[in-house]
Amino acid sequence: MRDVAIVAFAQSDHLRRTDELSEVEMLMPVLHQVLDATGLRTGDIGFTCSGSSDYLAGRAFSFTMALDGVGAHPPISESHVEADGAWALYEAWVKIQTGEADTALVYAYGKSSPGQVRDVLTRQLDPYYTAPLWPDSVAVAALQAQALIDAGDTDEAALAAIATRSRRDAEANPHAQLSGPVPAGDYLVRPLRTGDCPPVGDGAAAVILAAGDTARALCERPAWIRGIDHRIEAHGLGVRELTESPSTRLAAERAGVFDRPVDTAELHAPFTSQEVVLRKALGLGDDVRVNPSGGALAANPLMAAGLIRLGEAAARIHSGASHRALAHATSGPCLQQNLVAVLEGESAHA
Amino acid sequence: MPDILSAPLVVEFPFTRSLGPVQSAFLTGLRERTLLGVRTADGRTLVPPVEYDPVTAEEIRDLVEVAPTGTVTTWAWNPEPRRDQPLDTPFAWVLVRLDGADTALLHVLDAPGPDAVRTGMRVRVRWAQDRTGAITDIACFEPHDGETGTPAPHDGTFADPVTGIVTPARLDYTYSPGRAQSAYLEALEGRRVVGERCPSCRKVYVPPRGACPTCGVATAERVEVGPRGTVTTFCVVNIKAKNLDIEVPYVYAHIALDGADLALHARIGGIPYDQVRMGLRVEPVWSEGSRHPDHYRPAGEPDADYDTYRELV
Ligand SMILES: [Zn+2]
Repeated sequence: MRDVAIVAFAQSDHLRRTDELSEVEMLMPVLHQVLDATGLRTGDIGFTCSGSSDYLAGRAFSFTMALDGVGAHPPISESHVEADGAWALYEAWVKIQTGEADTALVYAYGKSSPGQVRDVLTRQLDPYYTAPLWPDSVAVAALQAQALIDAGDTDEAALAAIATRSRRDAEANPHAQLSGPVPAGDYLVRPLRTGDCPPVGDGAAAVILAAGDTARALCERPAWIRGIDHRIEAHGLGVRELTESPSTRLAAERAGVFDRPVDTAELHAPFTSQEVVLRKALGLGDDVRVNPSGGALAANPLMAAGLIRLGEAAARIHSGASHRALAHATSGPCLQQNLVAVLEGESAHA
Repeated sequence: MPDILSAPLVVEFPFTRSLGPVQSAFLTGLRERTLLGVRTADGRTLVPPVEYDPVTAEEIRDLVEVAPTGTVTTWAWNPEPRRDQPLDTPFAWVLVRLDGADTALLHVLDAPGPDAVRTGMRVRVRWAQDRTGAITDIACFEPHDGETGTPAPHDGTFADPVTGIVTPARLDYTYSPGRAQSAYLEALEGRRVVGERCPSCRKVYVPPRGACPTCGVATAERVEVGPRGTVTTFCVVNIKAKNLDIEVPYVYAHIALDGADLALHARIGGIPYDQVRMGLRVEPVWSEGSRHPDHYRPAGEPDADYDTYRELV
């Protein structure tokens, strides 16, 4: 296995609406930031991979328009996942492992503002038995939340405390969409209140990956990816035990999370109740700093929010605030798919 | 800065799907008020049924009838139903384990309020009046304190089985093209064509998308181009497109507008199709009330030298 690290990370300010910006216009400042941080130019990048969704844009092949932002002419080595950018990062990591590239640019973006995201996300559900009922994203999360309450794993007060902690932490995050005291609000779909749900907004993020000595040359303290894995569970909600996340647990095992303690965890939990499930699956104790960025409850640009968890964890390694961090990304209803990575600073590896 | 344009964008699609033997039996069963599950090798009954065991990936076809009564395994109260959801009054989303099943089905429960719903409560199917072989043939569940139904063997055979479904979907957007394209579209309103120049390579892109695809940097300097241009390459269209009111054959061409470094494409008119050629000089023809030129026609100038547009072919 090659040593691969995240050497740069940038994200946009996450906003409720960005009507004045096309996707590529929203993305470009973020791309320039990671390139400037490493001194690389687009022509130097070995592989480029992105994550986004046509269903958010309401247009087919919408990712091709964003390619203008990475200087796709003359031709570059490029790929795209119709998923969160965390999975684009996984593809780029594999590409570097094959030896076909030494550096990779990974970016992701999503504009939720043009559509109704609760309705849009119903289209990822089973098309025969589930999607015709239009169960929106808050509704399916609420089913999971009630299952957790019934199981005695949490209660509404504990969920509200997760929301409060996240948005208080987000006060230190200049990119956050929602920070500070946010009211618990009314039930959106009971037992979830507006405060338990992520803000809807637009945003973008980018990271640069590099292998071995290239990473050391580009970054003072690279965030080495010591392990990364992703797993998926059955699509049908009624087949799964919603209070558990066996896919997160397995991905974490394969990524080596349990080999040594982590000090930081960036969890992609758009709903307060999902943090309860993830903490349990990952066995995180109170000594682990969870979502110092505020997490997805502070900013949830779809398709970028998972990549941002990897980026935020890497940024804490870069700054020396963390030595061994866990990053998690999710996709699909009720934590159906989960990706887990372990990031370490150089000294932690030695 | 010009106003940012926005317009409604509706994406509507009737997904037409074929059904395998198991899904066909299940959905046909719903039409006939019969609920079918499928049995796995280790004896579990999955409702709704799938064709492959989610644990072993073995193909499974062993159908069994389960009861129209069941138990709520989790729920969520929806105070504000959204368009296309099964009920238009407040309702509960529920996962229901039907009597005889080992997995739960997602649907909705008609109940007076959240206080009338709890995990473990007993419910039964309320069938839709008109049933077509779809999950919506179950109108909803309703509270039930009668007896427990019993599962029974069923061979899954029905007269006139449902073999496919059409799942209509509609999503509504408000599309904004962003700053660069808004400026382009606004200029077209005044029958002018504007591109944007890259600050790095100095190329002029039209229509502008706000970025140079070669340099990957933002473009901002607005440049008026055209309105005349040169045909760089073309094709002859011989098949009439649905809903398109243009006689075939006609010519579709790449046109390099004067001052632009990227060709755009448009229809060529005002000249027999077999006389269109590379290098032909053309000008836009605007029709009344339209933002975009309807087509381009010969400008009456001598043809352009190949060397003047070779970079744009
Ligand atoms: Zn340029």
